[in-house]
Amino acid sequence: MTQSNRLNTGGRINRDKPIRFTFNDKHYTGYEGDTVASALLANGVDVVGRSFKYSRPRGIVTADAQEPNAILQTGSNDASTVPNPKATQAALHPNMICRSTNGWPNVDTDMMGLVGKVGGAAMPPGFYYKTFMYPQSMWMSYEKLIRKGAGLGASPTQNDPDIYDKFNHHCDIMIVGAGPAGLSAAVTAARAGCRVIIADEQEEMGGSLLCSTQQINGEAPAKWVSDVLAELSANENVTLLPRSTVFGYFDHNYLSIAERRTDHLGETGNGAVRERLHKVRAKQVILATGAHERPLVYGNNDVPGCMLASAVSTYINRYAVVPGNSLALMTTNDNGYRAAIDWHKAGKRVALIADTRQTANGDLVKEALSLGINVKFGQAIINVKGSKRVKGVEVASISADGSSVTGSVYQVSCDTVASSGGWSPVLHLSSHTGAKPVWREDILGFVPGKTVQAQHVCGGVNGVYPLADVLGDGAAVALNAVCSMKKSIEGVEIPKADVAEVSESAAMALFHVPHTKPTSRAPKQFVDYQNDVTAAGIELANREGFESIEHVKRYTAMGFGTDQGKLGNINGIAITAKSLGKSIPDTGTTIFRPMYTPVTFGTFAGSDVKGLFDPARFTAMHQWHVENGAEFEDVGQWKRPWYFPKPGETMEQALQRECKATRNSVGLLDASTLGKIDIQGKDAREFLNRIYTNPWSQLAVGKCRYGVMCKEDGMVFDDGVTSCIDENRFIMTTTTGGAAGVLNWLELYHQTEWPELEVYFSSVTDHWSTMTISGPNSRKVLEKLTDSDVSNEAFPYMSWIEAEVAGVKARIFRISFTGELSFEINVQANYGMHVWKSVVAAGEEFDITPYGTETMHILRAEKGFIIVGQDTDGSVTPQDLNMDWVVGKKKTQSYLGKRSWTREDNVRDDRKQFVGLKPKDPKAVLPEGAQLVFDKDQPIPMTMVGHVTSSYYSACLGYSFALALVKGGLDRMGQSVFVPLADGTTLEAEICSSVFYDPKGERQNV
Amino acid sequence: MFEIYCPYCEEHREEEEFHPVGEAHIQRPVDPEALSDEEWAHYLFYRKNPRGLHHEMWVHATGCRKFFNMTRHTVTYQIMETYKMGEQPSVTEGAKDDAK
Repeated sequence: MTQSNRLNTGGRINRDKPIRFTFNDKHYTGYEGDTVASALLANGVDVVGRSFKYSRPRGIVTADAQEPNAILQTGSNDASTVPNPKATQAALHPNMICRSTNGWPNVDTDMMGLVGKVGGAAMPPGFYYKTFMYPQSMWMSYEKLIRKGAGLGASPTQNDPDIYDKFNHHCDIMIVGAGPAGLSAAVTAARAGCRVIIADEQEEMGGSLLCSTQQINGEAPAKWVSDVLAELSANENVTLLPRSTVFGYFDHNYLSIAERRTDHLGETGNGAVRERLHKVRAKQVILATGAHERPLVYGNNDVPGCMLASAVSTYINRYAVVPGNSLALMTTNDNGYRAAIDWHKAGKRVALIADTRQTANGDLVKEALSLGINVKFGQAIINVKGSKRVKGVEVASISADGSSVTGSVYQVSCDTVASSGGWSPVLHLSSHTGAKPVWREDILGFVPGKTVQAQHVCGGVNGVYPLADVLGDGAAVALNAVCSMKKSIEGVEIPKADVAEVSESAAMALFHVPHTKPTSRAPKQFVDYQNDVTAAGIELANREGFESIEHVKRYTAMGFGTDQGKLGNINGIAITAKSLGKSIPDTGTTIFRPMYTPVTFGTFAGSDVKGLFDPARFTAMHQWHVENGAEFEDVGQWKRPWYFPKPGETMEQALQRECKATRNSVGLLDASTLGKIDIQGKDAREFLNRIYTNPWSQLAVGKCRYGVMCKEDGMVFDDGVTSCIDENRFIMTTTTGGAAGVLNWLELYHQTEWPELEVYFSSVTDHWSTMTISGPNSRKVLEKLTDSDVSNEAFPYMSWIEAEVAGVKARIFRISFTGELSFEINVQANYGMHVWKSVVAAGEEFDITPYGTETMHILRAEKGFIIVGQDTDGSVTPQDLNMDWVVGKKKTQSYLGKRSWTREDNVRDDRKQFVGLKPKDPKAVLPEGAQLVFDKDQPIPMTMVGHVTSSYYSACLGYSFALALVKGGLDRMGQSVFVPLADGTTLEAEICSSVFYDPKGERQNV
Repeated sequence: MFEIYCPYCEEHREEEEFHPVGEAHIQRPVDPEALSDEEWAHYLFYRKNPRGLHHEMWVHATGCRKFFNMTRHTVTYQIMETYKMGEQPSVTEGAKDDAK
């Protein structure tokens, strides 16, 4: 297909590098340097999408981030597909495959378009809410159909094949935008010796200069751009980031930038980083983001062929594409004339310039008149004819204030309509940090408001539009920023940029063009194209009582699309202001939030995926566990053996075997993951007294003690055994998951409340490998590995010794979490595997059985030992747990938690208390988390009296059992509770002691 | 994302290294047993939520692990100062107008 709209000369495209691509399965050719939008326009493609609600055919409107219609699905497969890039921003690359995101069966013949035609007036704002609200249960079904008809792009269904990464930067001055203001600022700041980063979202740096016809220093502006870029590139203090969108501006001058590194090359698949997230902390920020042109709101302004005036100029000057043959232009300002002048100079016909002002005589107006262009003052285009392409316009005279049509309507033939309603500074980033936009009547636009950031604005975003002033503003603001850092600007030369002055006549404040009929009956006048929000819809919303602009936005969906209201919001605000009789500043703006334009998930994820997403922690014996068939469980970041199934064994069978082996002979557990904190200092003992509920004053060297920690509210938050290593030294163990939190807790109280205590804490969790041998034969195993006396007399329960085990220096703790005779052997971590294997070999004659966390849980539950976080939930006191014995009665210091136990709420006798449950059916395992009731016949809603915290089948007991928190449970021994299940059945259980096995605790003491 | 000056490390570091702890200058009563339930509840549960200057405790969690205090503006998110545990803030309500 030929590029019928392409000019033979000019533009910044490379005619020697044709690029083939497909759009909606049709083949086209563009050139290197094109965006998808410019290539489609070059090929005369009019309809690029369908609107969201009415499915009206839509064409390309803009040449930038404002684009509401040309939304693409790009990529060749389900892995590389990208939803919703804007054709105006997507660089064309070889063999690119793109399609429209909506339109069914396709954009040219769209079924839903009928709905728009038939339904038009019957689809006011809130149409879907109002129509599909009843019956509510059907909404999910309606929604699917509606989304099929409308909908935007599809997400990839396969893993992303590309890689992403992140950079962190610090700089003196971060400049956002590399147009005339940004480049001028960058050169000035760089010459002052600052570290500068300048980022720009476009394929090339230069901004408006890439399509400007104004000369700088007597030459084409592109020359000035390339000179400046050459100077910046040569300066090692400057980082240039083209194709990089600054999408967020956060507190303390922190900016996020998404750099697209390979999209313009295509789906390279060569392992290069596709997108990079730059995180910049800048001393000073200069926003040079420019301004977006506003379209005017007029009848049928969405017919393909209706465009922004500046976009028309951009396509002609930068891409050498004239997107039509015959142009009608409507403008409220001098600048709009550029589109018609460029169009005329490209050799195409300008049918009309309708200037809404009564008169104007700026230089551009004079130039248009001198070129013989048909200029009509005090007139407006009030309606467009055509459906899939503009065929003509209806023009009429309007009143001086633009509120009404005053003359008769006449027709003008054309195929393109350009409109300019003035410019809106691109102040989005400044809003991200909370600055409220301020309306400036002189430029008819909002500019960035006051901020606490070290932020400067220059050029268009500062409301400065004439090119000469923009270049000067950039340099001046950069000097200002340099001074703010108390750096010298003496001798800094600002870049030379002489531009001829262009005189301008005043612009007119017009947003919504009047029609002969009232807005509600006039042809549709679109404000937000993507969401089909019309002027009539906004006025209706106002009449229905939506007056706050934030409410208008949410009710009409104005600004909800992928362009986030860039194109239409100011017009919508102006229409609301007019209909409510308020001023624009009194109406206010909606708040712009990050992201400025959409950012891919890949950019945010960077390389933090798969194994790098969350690091895994392994014990020294991990490889043995793997080789011996362990199934693993995640405990925090640790990989812990869950159970060790033998070939052909189910989990249940494995657990029963492991439990019986431990109770009857000997079992072996890798307990290395338990948190271990080395506590030293002359006040260590006093500190323990204050932090634990039980007393520590009498604990002798060589002894161990179980302790419970409470928060100040009296609730249990961790437990573990602490051993006295030396008079001034203790080893505290914590739960695996609680280790970091406990260390922090100790530090908090030491640093903030009791800094006078001399005590130091070190995490030594990873320093030790810990293995527990447990069961009646455990001493026999240990005796084979050490010469030390480990008899009950020499080494009693709740003590520890230093010994050599399998030739390695070890600490052995005689503590028990299973209720059996147990020894916990601790060795330096890198000897862990050796000692573990030695224990396994020594235990062979006793059929030593490795077990994992699940058997550990069953065995401890049989003994009624709690697991903090499973049997407790932060609302349980030691008294609730029937552990009054762990509470110090005589300690002089009011240790953490104590005072709260006498609070009114904590002495209620109907508090949930820790008990055992014995199901009536000895084989039934109650579901953990199940709610309990006393009266199984009570109608719903039933009174819930507690819940099951732990529940297992016990091979050693021969029946199932559970632990639970039950209201007043300790006084209800022998009574029944009921467990109503989701399937309608109810289980019954008897409340009993939480200690099921060896209630006298004799087995651990042998 | 704050940039926080750790008064112990004596340099600015990224917020990722820190954790907020809560309101600063809440001292544990010397004799909790002497307090009424209501007084104890005030220590336990009652916290300020000002619109403006807030003195709050942070910890340099993945840095020096020291707890310290910060005076922060809850509207503008400006950090007026950070100071060591046991020190008093130099920026207080009186300085609020400067922050605006």
